[in-house]
Amino acid sequence: MKSARSTMSRSRAQTIFYTAAALISLLGLAEATYLTVVYLSGETAVCGGSADCFQVLGSGYAKIGPVPVSGLGALAYFGAFTFATFAGFGYPRARQFFTWTVIAMFCMTLWLLFVQAFRLHAFCRYCLFSAALVFLLTGLVVARPVAETQRN
Amino acid sequence: MRRYLPFIIVICVALLAVGGGAFLYRAKRSANPTPKISKTETERPGEIVHVLGPADAAVTLEEFGDFQCPPCGKLSEPLNQLQKRYNLRVIYREFPLAIHAHAKEAAYAAEAAARQGRFWQMHDLLYREQAVWSKSSDARALFNAYAGMLQLDLGRFKNDMDGSEVQRQVELDQQRGASIGVKNTPTIFINNEAVPGPESNPEQLPGLVEAALKKAKPSS
Repeated sequence: MKSARSTMSRSRAQTIFYTAAALISLLGLAEATYLTVVYLSGETAVCGGSADCFQVLGSGYAKIGPVPVSGLGALAYFGAFTFATFAGFGYPRARQFFTWTVIAMFCMTLWLLFVQAFRLHAFCRYCLFSAALVFLLTGLVVARPVAETQRN
Repeated sequence: MRRYLPFIIVICVALLAVGGGAFLYRAKRSANPTPKISKTETERPGEIVHVLGPADAAVTLEEFGDFQCPPCGKLSEPLNQLQKRYNLRVIYREFPLAIHAHAKEAAYAAEAAARQGRFWQMHDLLYREQAVWSKSSDARALFNAYAGMLQLDLGRFKNDMDGSEVQRQVELDQQRGASIGVKNTPTIFINNEAVPGPESNPEQLPGLVEAALKKAKPSS
């Protein structure tokens, strides 16, 4: 009885956890899609009169070959969303994929923050928002085993 | 049903992202027409004239503009439409006013872009983003970023902006304007005849162009 209650509460916690992760990924997907569209349409992203956005998004670091970094970001967020959704529905493999996707996104975010701080000397607000979302996802991934261990 | 629910959710989100992106892209593309082909002609030694449209056009519209002047910005798109509609020969001359803090730098940016064959693209970008860079404390950084977006050689662009050639070009345009009585912007000439207050009444421009066309080709 106690074991069944514990399993139920773990399953509920997991659902909440992956729902939160999926919602954060959705936010990131929306932002990255917007930036990709802005890039493809040749428009300049407006950051409330600040020069920084243009400096960052117009720089050579904003694309890898012909592919905009925001496009890769959109794919990564979509991947995170997909894996979080499947993990929330109890697919065990999806948890691993979710973790690895978030780790890759975290590494890429660190690199992009480094580029903004030390190479371009400018911070783009869209990129900082995206970095905040990735840190939140990373926080969730890091907190998850702790929460699960505590319950066990 | 629960088994298929994650697939349904993921497919819905994918469709929404792709559909929303495509919709936004189409909306933005229709709002920003395709960039023009830049064409520059040299009139006097060392002087570059920014010309759009055929050299043998019956009507030439010459504008003296200041990139930071709001009425010039408002007039930019109607002039583009007019050029396309009547296949005009449009000449743009720099006339940065001293009252505008970044006008001269913006003119330098356009001239530096011209040296890489992107004058009209920079012209359109400066007018489109006028509200942004005008208020910026570091307009120069924005101009550099615009140069990056237009895929200009940034090192060359920066050098040209600081170079005497570009500054001389702006001075030549200003001198030309002053010599024919230009005091404000935008000042427009249609076949060398000044158009009174184009910024306050841009609707008069098609009529004036049609009149100039009739005058140029009285038989047709």
